[in-house]
Amino acid sequence: MYSRSYKAAVTIPPVLWVTAFLLVPYALLLCYSFWSVTPAKEIVHSWNLKNYLDLFRNSMYPTVLFRSMRIAGAVTLLALVLGYPLAYYLSFHAGGRKELLYQLAIIPLWASYLVRGYAWKTILGTDGVLNGFLQYAHITRYPVEFFLYSPFAVVLTLTHIYTPFTFLPIYASLEHVPRNLIEASHDLGAPPAKTFLRVILPLSLPGVLAGATFAFVLSLGDFLAPLLVGGSSGIMISNIVVTLFGAAYDWPKGAAISLCILLIVVGILFITERVEKRFSFR
Amino acid sequence: MSSSPQPAPSAQTLLSIRSVAKRFGNREILKRISLDVAPGEFLTILGESGSGKTTLLRLVAGFEQLDSGEIWMADQRLDQQPPYRRPVNTVFQNYALFPHLSVFENIAYGLRAAKTTNGEIPARVTQALDMVKMGEFIASPPSRLSGGQQQRVALARALVNRPRVLLLDEPLSALDANLRRQMQIELKSLQREVGITFIFVTHDQEEAMALSDRIALLRAGVLEQVGPPREIYGRPKTSYAAQFIGQTNLLPAEVHDGLASSGAIVWRTFEAAGKAMYSLRPECIRLVPVLAQASSDASLARFRGRIRNQTFGGAMDLLEVDCGDSQTLRAKIAAPGPLGGEQVFEFFADDAIRLDDQGGA
Amino acid sequence: MSRSSQRASAPFLKAYAFLVYAFLYLPIIVLVVYSFNGGVGGFPPHGWTLSWYRELGSDGPLWDSVLNSLIVAFAAVAISLSLGLPAALALDRSEFPGKAAFRRIVLLPLILPGIITGLSLLTLFVGIHMNLSLLTITLGHGTALISVATTEIFAGLQKLDRRQEEASLDLGANHWKTFWRITLPNLRVSMIAAALLIFTLSLDEIAVSFFLIGRDNTLPLEIWSRLRRGITPEINAISTLILLFSIVTIVIWYRLRTRGALAEEAAADLVLSTSEGGAP
Repeated sequence: MYSRSYKAAVTIPPVLWVTAFLLVPYALLLCYSFWSVTPAKEIVHSWNLKNYLDLFRNSMYPTVLFRSMRIAGAVTLLALVLGYPLAYYLSFHAGGRKELLYQLAIIPLWASYLVRGYAWKTILGTDGVLNGFLQYAHITRYPVEFFLYSPFAVVLTLTHIYTPFTFLPIYASLEHVPRNLIEASHDLGAPPAKTFLRVILPLSLPGVLAGATFAFVLSLGDFLAPLLVGGSSGIMISNIVVTLFGAAYDWPKGAAISLCILLIVVGILFITERVEKRFSFR
Repeated sequence: MSSSPQPAPSAQTLLSIRSVAKRFGNREILKRISLDVAPGEFLTILGESGSGKTTLLRLVAGFEQLDSGEIWMADQRLDQQPPYRRPVNTVFQNYALFPHLSVFENIAYGLRAAKTTNGEIPARVTQALDMVKMGEFIASPPSRLSGGQQQRVALARALVNRPRVLLLDEPLSALDANLRRQMQIELKSLQREVGITFIFVTHDQEEAMALSDRIALLRAGVLEQVGPPREIYGRPKTSYAAQFIGQTNLLPAEVHDGLASSGAIVWRTFEAAGKAMYSLRPECIRLVPVLAQASSDASLARFRGRIRNQTFGGAMDLLEVDCGDSQTLRAKIAAPGPLGGEQVFEFFADDAIRLDDQGGA
Repeated sequence: MSRSSQRASAPFLKAYAFLVYAFLYLPIIVLVVYSFNGGVGGFPPHGWTLSWYRELGSDGPLWDSVLNSLIVAFAAVAISLSLGLPAALALDRSEFPGKAAFRRIVLLPLILPGIITGLSLLTLFVGIHMNLSLLTITLGHGTALISVATTEIFAGLQKLDRRQEEASLDLGANHWKTFWRITLPNLRVSMIAAALLIFTLSLDEIAVSFFLIGRDNTLPLEIWSRLRRGITPEINAISTLILLFSIVTIVIWYRLRTRGALAEEAAADLVLSTSEGGAP
């Protein structure tokens, strides 16, 4: 139905742009990772694997990477623990208020990241709301230090950011569960708890997977929350990259780490896609 | 909250629906329905959309709560039980097969919920599948099955639990005509074989007549007439019943001195005098050949009419006959060949059924 | 057939949901409250004042950055839409080698951490000796957000009745006329929804902008640089204003999308499709 020139006209411009602004940059990044930097802060195009080898030899990199993965894992878990029940409540118990509650759930998503990170800074600081409240209520006598500038603060902040991200796809998949399946399950003798475990939960897994992937991948590569509330103990792998591209000025090494992050992320996406296909029953 | 005394359930009643009422918002969907279902019978609840037939089914299944009345099964009160505790299973209109479970697991679902031993499950699943002739699909995912196949699996999934009553919510409506006819025959013989009480909901009156031991005609939340198909067809009580099931001619008549007259048509009757509405089925009207027009018979009613329209229908033609005084009758005549102009028609006076209402469906 | 669907009450679940909402809104409420706070920090908040908002009024550099953000956002919308529209059409109607790969690559910037997109573009601009400026930020946003436009418009295409286009062609209009007079008007809602979404995302974007910034700051980056220097309640004030603006925009977007469509699919489609790496 569509002529060749039509198809060409719609295909070529986006493909060209994407090639120029996505593929070429990734390729450049790849190239950088194989280069080196001289003590005089100049980037030399001497192709070698030194950057990658360094990542294994210097124990700092794996340490920070694993810490980042632990933080990302904690965030994902917490975001699911918060997001799933919320989605379930809205989908099955909210009745007429569903729409309003849904909008309320996604509005935080649109409050800017910085805004929210900054708010947590205000809340968690020694001078902040949480400590003030705890002292006011005589639960503690002195301000608790570790609320802020710690991995705890990073996890808390990121959980806050990414809970709506897990909520959305889980809610969508729960809404897609045909209600007559639930009736059928009851009809066949399964009470509500069993119905949840055997029908609702399995059918909502694609949404759970999608939300978890998002939360994990984006938390892993996050550098803003550590900078805002992480302090020195909350540094994540992307912060190292930022420094390498900034003050430390070692672009090749930064590129190498970036590429590793990219590979990990693509790997995770690949795996979840496989898992989703295996269990998908559309 | 029923005020009228309820008859004690007899051995002839398995399911007893007593004065059941249900409303959604302002609309009264069911208005104090009472119906007794006998064990082993194939009962069809027939009605248009909006008549409340699906609601009634869902009340028995437990997916809706009734506003007043009671539902009893033998000597147990049913309406206060949640659906998963009722000895009732449903075949849903869209089959509602679990997409993430294989056919085997779908059918085993109810057995597992009832904590059937693992050893027993495969045998019963296979038996149920064989009953609906779907044995070879035992490991398939539902998405690979056609509509008709899914429907059989849905049937097996319900029957395997040996419910005391099986509810079927317009299960054949999504099938094409041929498949539908085939499934009707299979359903009927299956019910005979298994002996379980079937409560079948449909809007298709032909289907209802073909399948049922009894039909319950539901209209706007009220039972219009309940009885075997032959009885409802042959002796409709109201004009609605007469028109909904099969086709008919409604004849508003005056009865006087043993004669009923409707327009130019007169027939003998022994009914009370006064105004009355009669139902005359088109196939009861016969064409009188010229040679027979001279003789007559008191039990026959004759009239002349001009054929306005003749529609070929294979075995029978449908004629629209103008009898004068803006009275038009429909007649079904067996293959008369092309007719035209004025003809003489007749019918047995006993075929004109007096209805309980004055007409105006 | 309407269902009376009785909602079983689940008090624990309700309470839990309430707690989740409390968690989600706590920082936001704190922010708003403290933007009117008489002092700096501390608990409980005391003294109600509008002084922080007034200080905003005389804060020149801040409003410069707001202007910059708006310019970038509009430009990003223009880029994303003008590339996302053909991309959606291509995915819907054209078969070409590497189509599956293209679909995935276009969606990558949404799921990849912003640092990767930002850094890779940085190397590109450095490589072609382009100075970092609002232009580079715009190019970055535009590129990253093409997939948002593509996803929304693709969804809108699915709802389009093909037969309308066929009828148009049958009646003698060529492809271009058909596109202009039939296809595009039908996509109007999708495009507006996409534009609103992209606009809001661009305004708030910081991760990619972080690396592509030149001399002119966008609003988030301006806030960021001030945060590095220390907490000032002025930040609370501007953040509250941003929040208000975002809420209004998103409610409008939501209303647009809900017209005859499943609302939750709007945002959730985005998330689902990116994770599946495929077209929605």
